[in-house]
Amino acid sequence: MGLSAYLILAAVIFCIGLFGVMTRRNTVGILLGIELMLNAVNINLVAFSWYHGEVTGMVLTIFAICITVAEVALGLAIVILLFRTRRTAMADQVDWLKG
Amino acid sequence: MTLEVIGFWMLAVVLVGSALAVVLTKNLFHSVLWLALALTGTAGIFLMLNAEFLAGVQILLYAGGVVTVVVFAIVVTERLVGERLSHTSRGLIGGAAVAGLVLTLIVNTLARIPLPAIRIPFAEDPTLLIGRQVMTQYVLPFELLAVILLVSLLSASYLARPED
Repeated sequence: MGLSAYLILAAVIFCIGLFGVMTRRNTVGILLGIELMLNAVNINLVAFSWYHGEVTGMVLTIFAICITVAEVALGLAIVILLFRTRRTAMADQVDWLKG
Repeated sequence: MTLEVIGFWMLAVVLVGSALAVVLTKNLFHSVLWLALALTGTAGIFLMLNAEFLAGVQILLYAGGVVTVVVFAIVVTERLVGERLSHTSRGLIGGAAVAGLVLTLIVNTLARIPLPAIRIPFAEDPTLLIGRQVMTQYVLPFELLAVILLVSLLSASYLARPED
């Protein structure tokens, strides 16, 4: 399979994730969409790395995966905190900063 | 049809199908399980791309770690409120329009730029090369990553601490 097949697959998954981020109303659902988008970026990095015979992309993927894990842990901690104080997980109802 | 092409198309169908299920299913818990399938499929893609180490990392950290954490968060929040989390979507048409627009933009750009025609094989085992690069050229980002993980996980457990 050529490089472009992997790139198009990654683009499709990225756009599905983008769709999820824009349409989900639950904060956990939005986080899942972000996971999909980051995953698509990782596929891109590994595909380019494989095609060029260069492992820099794979090293970057390791960094991206680790940072995603940190991001998910923090995001879910914020969701739990939100639940405790506001009894909701809907992104629309979190509007304390609205004037 | 070589084995590689068949494998790619099977993985692509699994990936796109489970990704669509993640963003479309009504049940939040099912969404997470579909995400686990999508992440495992990505590990399969990594295996096809000669990245065995990354496939292992993907399954251990994502499919093992992230999915478990999300499931725990859903269970904990549902117990806190005592009701099921609603998991509805809104603005489906607008979302589909923007996602489709971005997709056509990316595919259009991919069709226009010249990609290298011949693949250059790895000089050595990719896992060996990754290990060497992480410990030489990328040692500072690697150490910073450890600090980021420590800080974020500590602050996450502080934010989600039990009420006192």
